[in-house]
Amino acid sequence: MAKVITEGPEMYTGEGYGLTRLDKVVGLARANSIWPLPFATSCCGIEFMATMSSTYDLGRFGAERLSFSPRQADLLMVMGTIAKKMGPILKQVYEQMAEPKWVIAVGACASSGGIFDTYSVLQGIDKVIPVDVYVPGCPPPPEAILDGILKIQELIKNESTGRRGTEEYKQLLASYGIEA
Amino acid sequence: MSSIDNNTLKDLLTEKYGAHIGNIEESYGILDLFIKRESLREMVSDLRTAPQLEFNFLTSVCGIHFPERAGQELDVVYHLHSLYHNLRIRFHVLLSINDPVVPTISDIFSAANWSERETFEFYGVKFEGHPNLTIILNVEDMDYHPLLKQYQLTDATRTDKEDKYFGR
Repeated sequence: MAKVITEGPEMYTGEGYGLTRLDKVVGLARANSIWPLPFATSCCGIEFMATMSSTYDLGRFGAERLSFSPRQADLLMVMGTIAKKMGPILKQVYEQMAEPKWVIAVGACASSGGIFDTYSVLQGIDKVIPVDVYVPGCPPPPEAILDGILKIQELIKNESTGRRGTEEYKQLLASYGIEA
Repeated sequence: MSSIDNNTLKDLLTEKYGAHIGNIEESYGILDLFIKRESLREMVSDLRTAPQLEFNFLTSVCGIHFPERAGQELDVVYHLHSLYHNLRIRFHVLLSINDPVVPTISDIFSAANWSERETFEFYGVKFEGHPNLTIILNVEDMDYHPLLKQYQLTDATRTDKEDKYFGR
């Protein structure tokens, strides 16, 4: 019997065919072929290296192909302290990514500034770009990063019912000064 | 090349600059000289070029803020190192917060250029004659000198903390 790699979408099946919604199939394909852009600035990036390597192996979830160009990436993974001076650069990287795109804030610093409650550190990347999933921890272990990726996959699978098309999301982007 | 120690260095400097030197202290084996800003450039350039001294390495330029010292709130500290004699020396220039001006030494030691910019950025010390005294580390639109003690260290834009639990 063939090993089940991932559960397919709900289908109406008959002999030799199956019927389902296109957005479900697209969502399935997208969710299992994420190209992450690692924006690693400190120790969370080290945990991400472990997440990528053999023991944890992000490749099992179809995300082993890292993209170091934002133009090809689907998922921006911000891992580490973002200084205020880095904020505009992060925003530029986000703007260079093509839609649809997702953002994951890995660790306390990216999520809230962490222990660096100081004048020079951005108090969470959601001050400059919208964030889809926050991973807590200082730094979060690879298991937590994988959990964040799985949450992102769920969002991607349900993209058509997600927040992207909503009026609130457009307002959120406008509040960051990002053109939708 | 004859090696010199702190005592001979002290004698040499008091002989030539006695009138410009205030306190002389010694801590951790390094001579601490409290000098007037008028004599800073001359002394630094002398220390660098005098053949028996050869303080040819500027380790750092930095600032300190002591808000409780009336009239001497700011302290600009220079660390020099003589690699030939393995000897270090420290200069302190005490300044009033209302008149934080000190001459640049960036033409004597190029290494002072960025250090002086940093000291300006964090403490507002103005280095007279510096070729480009602008902010170097923080965001370009930083409009205050963050390490002066009257400014809080914590970030005012933080929203996930309740002030009362963190003494703010």
